[in-house]
Amino acid sequence: MIGLEHYLTLAAMLFVLSIAGIIVNRRNLILILMCIELMLLAVNFNFIAFSRYLGDETGQIFVFFILTVAAAEAAIGLAILVVLFRNKRSIAVQELNSLKG
Amino acid sequence: MMLHSVLFYVFALFMLGAAVGVVFSRNPVHSVMFLVLTFFQSALLWLLAEAEFLAIVLVLVYVGAVMVLFLFVVMMLDVNIEAAKRSIARYAWVGISIALLMAIELIQLIWLRNQGVASTGGFAPTPEGYSNTKALGAVLYTEHVYAFEIAAVILLLAIIAAITLTMRKRPGLKVQDIAAQVAVRAKDRVRVVKMAAEKKQ
Amino acid sequence: MYNYYLTIVLAPLAAAIIAGLAGKKIGRAGAHWVTIVGVGTACLLSMLVLKNLFWGGAEAENISVYTWAVTDGLRMEVGFLVDRLTALMMCVVTFVSLMVHIYTIGYMREDPGYQRFFSYISLFTFAMLMLVMSNNFLQLFFGWEAVGLVSYLLIGFWFKKETAIFANLKAFLVNRVGDFGFLLGIAGVVMFTGSLDYATVFGQAESIAGQNIEVLQGTPWNAMTVICILLFIGAMGKSAQAPLHVWLPDSMEGPTPISALIHAATMVTAGIFMVARMSPLFELSTTALGFVIVIGSITAFFMGLLGIIQNDIKRVVAYSTLSQLGYMTVALGASAYSAAIFHLMTHAFFKALLFLAAGSVIIAMHHEQDIRKMGGIKKYMPITYWTSLVGSLALIGFPGSSGFFSKDLLIEAVRDSHWQGQGAVYWIAYLSVLLGVFITALYTFRMFFLVFHGEERMDAKTKSHLHEPSAVVTVPLILLAIPSAIIGWFTVGPVLFGDYFGDAIFVSESKDIIGHMAHAWHGSLALLTHSVRTPVFWLATCGVIAAWFLYLKRPDIPEMIKTRLSGIYNVLDRKYYFDDLWIKGFAGGGRAIGQFLWKKGDQMIIDDILVNGTARTVVRLAGFVRQIQTGYLYTYAFAMIIGLTALLGWLIWLR
Repeated sequence: MIGLEHYLTLAAMLFVLSIAGIIVNRRNLILILMCIELMLLAVNFNFIAFSRYLGDETGQIFVFFILTVAAAEAAIGLAILVVLFRNKRSIAVQELNSLKG
Repeated sequence: MMLHSVLFYVFALFMLGAAVGVVFSRNPVHSVMFLVLTFFQSALLWLLAEAEFLAIVLVLVYVGAVMVLFLFVVMMLDVNIEAAKRSIARYAWVGISIALLMAIELIQLIWLRNQGVASTGGFAPTPEGYSNTKALGAVLYTEHVYAFEIAAVILLLAIIAAITLTMRKRPGLKVQDIAAQVAVRAKDRVRVVKMAAEKKQ
Repeated sequence: MYNYYLTIVLAPLAAAIIAGLAGKKIGRAGAHWVTIVGVGTACLLSMLVLKNLFWGGAEAENISVYTWAVTDGLRMEVGFLVDRLTALMMCVVTFVSLMVHIYTIGYMREDPGYQRFFSYISLFTFAMLMLVMSNNFLQLFFGWEAVGLVSYLLIGFWFKKETAIFANLKAFLVNRVGDFGFLLGIAGVVMFTGSLDYATVFGQAESIAGQNIEVLQGTPWNAMTVICILLFIGAMGKSAQAPLHVWLPDSMEGPTPISALIHAATMVTAGIFMVARMSPLFELSTTALGFVIVIGSITAFFMGLLGIIQNDIKRVVAYSTLSQLGYMTVALGASAYSAAIFHLMTHAFFKALLFLAAGSVIIAMHHEQDIRKMGGIKKYMPITYWTSLVGSLALIGFPGSSGFFSKDLLIEAVRDSHWQGQGAVYWIAYLSVLLGVFITALYTFRMFFLVFHGEERMDAKTKSHLHEPSAVVTVPLILLAIPSAIIGWFTVGPVLFGDYFGDAIFVSESKDIIGHMAHAWHGSLALLTHSVRTPVFWLATCGVIAAWFLYLKRPDIPEMIKTRLSGIYNVLDRKYYFDDLWIKGFAGGGRAIGQFLWKKGDQMIIDDILVNGTARTVVRLAGFVRQIQTGYLYTYAFAMIIGLTALLGWLIWLR
C-alpha cells in the first residue's frame, strides 16, 4: 500500500537532490533558481501527503499559496536576473561578490 | 491497488530521474525541459494522492507559465555553458556527501522514528461523492479568504515589480508626448510678427 | 567662654596659615613672632579656662559650634567639650608647644625651612587642641588624623634626607594600621548608638554593653569589648604601643623640637587621652581593659630594655618615651585613668625637657647624636646639665620630683588593682612596671653619665666650639625644668585624690582603685617620707648605681656583657625583630602581593588577556569572519544548507 511514508520519502529524495543541485551548480544562477523550485515542490509533496493523511484540506490550501508565491518569486527572480545580465553581460556567480563589504 | 502501487513507483522513478537530469544536465535548456518533466510527474503523483485540483494547477501554472518563463529567460540570455559547467566534477562530491547526510537524516526521521505509529496503512479512502475542488473552494473562500486576497496582491506586486525591473528607456527613442500635444496652445505654435513693409529691391 | 574656646583653637591655626602661606613676606622673625603670639594666646587662655574650671567653680561646658552635615539622623558637628580633663590637656599642650616654639628659634636658626617649620608646629597645636577639645567622635578623628598628618610632615621635615623620608612614611603607614581599628571602633559606636556625640554615646553605654556582635559568624562577642579593643588599636598606633611602636624610634629623624613636642609630650599621648576620655565605655568591658593592661606592660618593659643598648641620644629618649607610654597604658588598663593622665602631664614636662636638653647638646655638638662620642660635657654646658639632671631624676621617679608622684602612685595603683584577679594578667602588669623602674633608671643614667660625665670622647674641633646655646634654647629648658621638678607637689593631691576630674572620668565602683587609695592618702610629704620603704625607690636607686658602675667606673664590663651575651644583644639590637616583621613581613608581603597583582593580575590578566586580548580576539575573529564573507551567493547558500543539516542532525541524534 502506498501511504504517507512513501510520499514523504519521495519528497525527501527530491529535496536532497535539489540541495545537491544547488551545491553542484553553484556557478549558474538560473539552475539555482530551478533547484529552489524543486525544493518547493518537495515541500508541496509533504503538504499534500499530510493533508491526505489527516483528511484536512488546509494543507492543500497551503500548497495553493506556495504555488502562488513561488510563481511570483520566479517572475521577480528572473526579472532580476535579466537586469543583472543586462548590466554585467553575465550571470556567472563568481563575478557577483558585491555583497562583500 | 496493485496497479496503484505500480503507478506510484513508475511515476516516482520518472520524477527522480527527471530531477537528476535537472541537476546534472550540461545544457540549461535541457535542465528546464527536465524540470517540466519533473513537474508533470509530480502532478501525476498528486493525482494518485487524490489532490486533483492542485495537480491541474501545477500543470497549468507551473508548466504553462513559470516554466515557459524560465525557458524564455534561458534562451534569451547568452550563457556560456562550458564555463558554468566546468566545476561540476570538482564540487560534486561535496554536494553529494551533504545530500547523503541529509538523506540519511530524513529517512531515519521518516522510517525509524515512528515505529509505534500505524505505518504504511495507506491513505484512508475518501468518502463517496467527495470533490477535491469543491472542498478546497469551500475552505479557500471562507476560512482563508484574507490570505487569498493577500496572495492576489502579491501576484499584482510581482507583475509590477517584474515590469519595472525589466523596463528600460532607450536614449534617442522617438515617442509621442500626448499630454503635451493636448495641452498645446496656438500662441505656442504660431508667432505673429509685426514689421514694417519692405520695399522690394 | 565660648569666644575663649574659639580663640584658643583658631589662634594657632591663623598663625600657622600666616607663617605658612605668607612666610616669605613676613620673614623669619615675622614667622616666629606670629606663631609664638598665636600659641602664647592659646596658652594664656587655656590657663584661664583651667583657672575658671578649678578655682572659679565653672561648670564643664558642652558646646556645639557648627553642624557640618546631617545624614540619616547622624549629626556631624564641630563642638567643644571643655571639662577639667580637657582643660588640663589644653594647658599641657599649649605650654609645651609654646616652649618648643621659643626653643625652635635657636634650634632651627640656620635652617632654610624656618617659616615652614613654625607653620607646621602651630598647625600641630591647632590639630591637637581640636582633638582634645572635641565633643564628638568625628572631630576627635579629625584631630587624630590632623596630628598624624603634621607628624608625617615634620618627621620628613628634612625631606632631602633618605632616612627621614623612610621614617615619615613608616610612621604614616603604621599609624594607618591603628587608624583602621580606630575607624572601625567609631563605626561600631555609630552602629550601636546612631550618634557621634560623646554625651549621647556615654548615655547609652550600658545598652551597648548588653548587646552582642557577631564579627565571625556564630561567635557572638560583647559589643562593648569589640568597640573598646578597636578604639584601643587606634590608641596603640598613635601612642606607639607594641607591636605598633616601630614608628616612634624612627620618628627621631625629624628635628629635635618636634621630637619633644609631638613624639614625646603631646601627640603620642593622644591615645592615652582618648582612652581616658572613653572611660565610660572602657569601664564596661573588663576584657578590653585586660587587653589594654597586657599591651601596656609589654610596651613598658620591653621597650625600656631596648633603651639600654641605643647609642643615639634621641633614640634613648625615644625608647624611654615608649616605655613611659606603656606605663600610662598599664594605668588605663588598671582603671586608674586619673593616674594615667597625671603621669601624662608630668611626663609631658620632663620628657619635653629631656628632648630639648638633648637638642641643646646636639646643637653644641654640631648635630652629632652618638653618645659614644660625647662625655664630660658638664663643664661646658652647666644649664643644660642641671636641667637634664632634673629631667632624668623626674623620669626615674626620684622622690620629690614630678615623676616620682605620678609614677609611684601609678605603680601603687597597678599593685592594688585586684579586680583583674591575681592571675597572670595582674602579675605581668605589676612586675613589668616594677622592673621597668630599674631599667628606666639604668638607661636614663647611662645616657646621662655618658653624655655629661666621664672622659671627653669628642674630637678636638668639636670640643673647641662646645658652649652653651643662646637664651632662646636655655630659657625653655629652665621653664620646663621648673614644672618637672615641682609640679607634682601641689597637683598630686587634687588631681589624683581630690575630685579634680569629677564627671570627666568615669570609674565604676568596683574598680575604683584611686578612690580606694585616697583613704590612705596623707599628703605629698607623707608619701615622700614613705617612699624610702617602697621597692620602687630602691629599684630606681639600684638602676642609677648600676649605670654609674657600668658606664663610669668600669666601662669594660658592658663590652664584655655584649660579647658574652651576643645572642640577647642581637635580639635587642634588632629591636626584637619587629622592624623585620613589619617591613619584611607585612610591607614586604604587601609589596609582593602588589607586585604579583601588578605583574600577573594587572599586566597579564587584565591588560594582556582581557583588554588587549579582547581586541586581539576580535581582530582574529574578524579576520576569520572576513574570510567567510566572500560576497558570493553560493557561500551563503552553502552556509544555510550546512546549518539546516546540522540542525536536523541535532534534532534527530542529539536531542
